[in-house]
Amino acid sequence: MRAKKARGMSKGQSKKNKKLLLMCSPALIFLFLFHYIPMGGLILAFKNFRYDKGILGSEWCGLENFKFFLQSDNAWRITRNTLAFNLVFLLLGTIFSVAVALMLNEVISKGARKFYQTAMFLPYFLSWVVVGYMLYAFLDQNNGIINILLRKMGEAEVMWYLKPGVWIFLLPLIFLWKSVGYNSVIYYASLLSIDNSYYEAASLDGASAWQKIRYITLPHLKPLIIMMTILGIGKIFNSDFGLFFQATMDSSALYPVTDVLDTYVYRALKVTGDVGMSAAVGFYQSIVGFILVLVTNGIIRKIDKESAMF
Amino acid sequence: MKKKKNPGRFFIHILLILIAVICIIPFIAVVSISLSDEVEIAKHGYSLLPRGFSLSAYAFILRNPMKILKSYLVTILVCVIGTVLSLFIMSLCAYPLSRHDFKYRNKVSFIIFFTMLFNGGLVPTFIWVSKYLHLGNTFWVLFLPVIVSPWYLLLMRTFFQTIPYEIVESATIDGATETQVYLHLILPLAKPALATVGLFTILGFWNDWFRGLLYIEDSNLVTLQYMLYRMMGNITELQNAMTAGMMNIDLSTLPNESARMAMCVLAAGPMIFVFPFFQKYFVKGLTVGSVKG
Repeated sequence: MRAKKARGMSKGQSKKNKKLLLMCSPALIFLFLFHYIPMGGLILAFKNFRYDKGILGSEWCGLENFKFFLQSDNAWRITRNTLAFNLVFLLLGTIFSVAVALMLNEVISKGARKFYQTAMFLPYFLSWVVVGYMLYAFLDQNNGIINILLRKMGEAEVMWYLKPGVWIFLLPLIFLWKSVGYNSVIYYASLLSIDNSYYEAASLDGASAWQKIRYITLPHLKPLIIMMTILGIGKIFNSDFGLFFQATMDSSALYPVTDVLDTYVYRALKVTGDVGMSAAVGFYQSIVGFILVLVTNGIIRKIDKESAMF
Repeated sequence: MKKKKNPGRFFIHILLILIAVICIIPFIAVVSISLSDEVEIAKHGYSLLPRGFSLSAYAFILRNPMKILKSYLVTILVCVIGTVLSLFIMSLCAYPLSRHDFKYRNKVSFIIFFTMLFNGGLVPTFIWVSKYLHLGNTFWVLFLPVIVSPWYLLLMRTFFQTIPYEIVESATIDGATETQVYLHLILPLAKPALATVGLFTILGFWNDWFRGLLYIEDSNLVTLQYMLYRMMGNITELQNAMTAGMMNIDLSTLPNESARMAMCVLAAGPMIFVFPFFQKYFVKGLTVGSVKG
């Protein structure tokens, strides 16, 4: 009798589990179609892809695709650009976002704070195409606002889209412009959760505003900063395609500085049509990116188990 | 809470105003140029404030609006259909994942989470979607590949976990099926979560040009942002679009420069006015997302 009841229960349980799993299935099917099958497509890196023969039918070619990529000096250039820009973005992005959050926290007037936040949030809502247009208004050689100013001041105009050197500074600026308002929100929200009594106690002890930031606010933000940095390092092999493609107007004169893994793969696939090589570079990006995620997470796990992602 | 007057606070305001102005200036520049007189632009170049106020750029674009209206239609359809489908499929999956008594909870969560760590990248995806799924140059390709976002799905699950399980339990005791619970209990309670994720999804679809760039050649399927991209590359595309069917036109008299920026205003415009009103939801999504789920 008891056994029967238990079996009945488990039967109901398994029916319920099946039903819940069924509810998950549409999402799982989409993930399978657009994420897992393309993972299998990574074998393209070792194949001489022919469109008529397809992914499985094309012949294997060993490391041929990689050889070509590694022999050109592109491999080093785009890896360097990808890593260097992402590191700079991560560092400056964190510093500026935290700084803005701290400053917003000092603003007493609600209306003023709302205004600053909304203004800084605006660029987040734009597509990279629109950002490209906005930049063009400033950087166009003939009509651009900056060159007009330079001419008025009697200086020589700059051909912005032909001078790679300036983009080392321009790209981080554009990145900050678009993302700081958005990212500072994360830190600002965290600041709101600090118990006010800490600050009051500190004031009674005669702490200066700076000391309060140094000893109360920043330690409070530390776990969040660490977590955001880990997430950032995990993505360090992936660039924001829009930033490097649209903001630069895809100007080939800038490639020495602005060409990154994502833009290179895109061009090899769609512009020059070298599927084999673009697959090889994509493979390199996927695998190294994945290793980076695992290694970063492993290190964090060692230092502080609670902060690790998995 | 009283805070003392502080000279430091004055500098903070100055700095914040400066940053806010830097954030807004490009918007002003683009709008100003779109309202400028074409002859003045040719003479003096772009400027932050309109030179010789003129609406001719907008009049020029709207004289032959079919192409833009078509792009608006495609974009709006993608936003609506894509977002509704996306919310439905993701919430249908997020709900079981939020249930502690669901046996496959961890396995399914891992399958979702893993796609955030590792992916096949552009090349296999492109070839699979266009050659095997035959989605190239179709309306579907504009949203199907991104309809399930692992990040938003897990975000939704975190939201759903805040709904007390007792509600579900008492309903099932009353004889409700899982589907009924989901439709009549969970979805109404999850409205704020759906709104938050929905806004991020709409924003993503509205601003997308990448899938157009990859998969679309048919001019009937060009989204707004992709059209804007094509016009930047090629000013004659703009002229062709505007002068289609017109004869004997002196191309040099067309407001090219101001029309370019007017197009930009029309493409970014509507959403730029809408989204700030929902900033609260974006903030919520951001802050929940940053909490480990």
